[in-house]
Amino acid sequence: MNNIFVYCEIEDGVVADVSLELLTKGRSLANELKCQLEAVVIGSGLSGAEKQIFPYGADVVHIADDARLYPYTTLPHSSILIKLFSEEKPQIALMGATPIGRDLGPRVSSALHSGLTADCTSLEIGEHEDKKAGKVYENLLYQIRPAFGGNIIATIINPDCRPQMATVREGVMRKTIVNPNHAGKVNKLDVPKYVSDTEFIVEVIDRHLEKKKVNIKGASVVVAGGYGVGSKENFKLLHELATVLGGEVGASRAAVDAGYAEHDRQIGQTGVTVRPKLYIACGISGQVQHRAGMEESAQIISINTDPEAPINAIADYVIIGDISEIVPKMIKYYKLNTK
Amino acid sequence: MKGLRIIVLAKQVPDTRNVGKDAMKADGTVNRAALPAIFNPEDLNALELALRLKESVPGSTVSILTMGPGRAAEIIREGLYRGADSGYLLTDRAFAGSDTLATSYALAQTIRELGEVDLIVAGRQAIDGDTAQVGPQVAEKLGLPQITYVEEVTKVEKTKITVRRRLDNGVETVKAPFPLLLTVNGSAPECRSRNARLLMKYKHARTVTERQEATEDYTNLYDSRPFLNIPEITVRDIKAEADQLGLTGSPTKVKKIDNVVLAAKDAKVLNAADEGISDLMRELIESHVIG
Repeated sequence: MNNIFVYCEIEDGVVADVSLELLTKGRSLANELKCQLEAVVIGSGLSGAEKQIFPYGADVVHIADDARLYPYTTLPHSSILIKLFSEEKPQIALMGATPIGRDLGPRVSSALHSGLTADCTSLEIGEHEDKKAGKVYENLLYQIRPAFGGNIIATIINPDCRPQMATVREGVMRKTIVNPNHAGKVNKLDVPKYVSDTEFIVEVIDRHLEKKKVNIKGASVVVAGGYGVGSKENFKLLHELATVLGGEVGASRAAVDAGYAEHDRQIGQTGVTVRPKLYIACGISGQVQHRAGMEESAQIISINTDPEAPINAIADYVIIGDISEIVPKMIKYYKLNTK
Repeated sequence: MKGLRIIVLAKQVPDTRNVGKDAMKADGTVNRAALPAIFNPEDLNALELALRLKESVPGSTVSILTMGPGRAAEIIREGLYRGADSGYLLTDRAFAGSDTLATSYALAQTIRELGEVDLIVAGRQAIDGDTAQVGPQVAEKLGLPQITYVEEVTKVEKTKITVRRRLDNGVETVKAPFPLLLTVNGSAPECRSRNARLLMKYKHARTVTERQEATEDYTNLYDSRPFLNIPEITVRDIKAEADQLGLTGSPTKVKKIDNVVLAAKDAKVLNAADEGISDLMRELIESHVIG
């Protein structure tokens, strides 16, 4: 009772990275709160799935295994979580801010009348004093996220409703194996008790999923462009620099919205989080949502015509000037110095 | 088949994509007045999807429902100019401070009052919060199935609709029975622009409050052209439990707001001169950051 639950996504028999990252975070929160960590896996052909989850420190894995539960549809998966949460009364429930987590989370939170905070960039435990009601709450989940176009950072709490729910994007938390030999308890759910036949009314006719083409998460050098790059044409320069340095090209949301770069290159709160050895920010002003996705980079170079661009404040090197002039020079002098 | 009754959920939002330097006040708080209020972009994609459905299924109607302050009537007019048949403004001080759950509750109770609906369409998310929660929560409150991230309607049958969803790593085709709720992705077709004829027809469309505040008296106009009246719905018009509304009905509370303070690093500042860039690249190579 009152444990931390993580909803784990599974595709082709592999538990999603974001779920393992949340289990890692869940484990450290559970240690702090002195409670247990429980995982939920829903799908089809799940035998052995728990073996991927236990090394991350889960004490219990609940498994709902039924041919009809894959691929994911909203109603059966939410029905299982709603009933399971009503029985187990978790204090915290976490899921990935993925198309599945963002479809499922609000549905579950609505049914349980419990608060949900989307796309958190940090989760902490803390207390809260409600001066008006004269009440002090201990061990609340602080759900921290940029808000209002990234101009502010909000700390959200759910003082009275449980579970405290949050979604987090892939890559925001780190995944760490606690003990490769750890084994907890498996709880196989009796699926018909949790889902009625009438809930299988949405039918997935066809799916085309591709493996990710762009791997900016794993790149040691990221050359990222913002709206200031100015055109898709100019973005080619960034691709050249990235190729020369053995890195990948990333983009700010503004650049993606403007059509300069593909969506899967987006870095930031609503994109991917990266921690490369070198991050080269080209024409990026550096709103907080963007910085949320890159500020842990080991070294940051900012190239910007504006000396006052917010990103310059977190950069190790600031080059004031135009990308079309500076990027070719970087390519040239990299080549000269490595010869 | 008979026409579909479609409701589009729309929100007026501050244009957070174009935040200029004057958007923040000297004390670090947000200067809302400096941000233009716009029709939430993905709600426009939702409106377009609804208007296309209306065209393909004769006899269908499209109504816009928005919750917000009085000025949110602006986006209802925008919708009328683009082809919506009617619009409702849900507005009341009792809704102030609503989180996504309290908002969804108020919207769901309003939809119940509006009578039978075949389809509710909303943008995937609003740019001022990016939560993507209100659509699914409204569906849950009404006990309807939902399909999120919709990009296109590929087929409409008498009792079912087939849509394509755009996911992070691919597409999915899904079929579901009416009634249901869809949330529409930004990758869906853009909304058509204003229609000149509809602009003329609806330019005087007003809520009661707007008419009371207006300096010119068009009373006769609203009697002879009832379609110019934008209905205002308040908490009295919906069967709502007070403890489910506004701040009280919101499980999430904002504990604190931090202004973004950048801990300034001691950055090396260079210009475009060749020498500095050459030194920088050599430094990065020597320290094994690159190369």
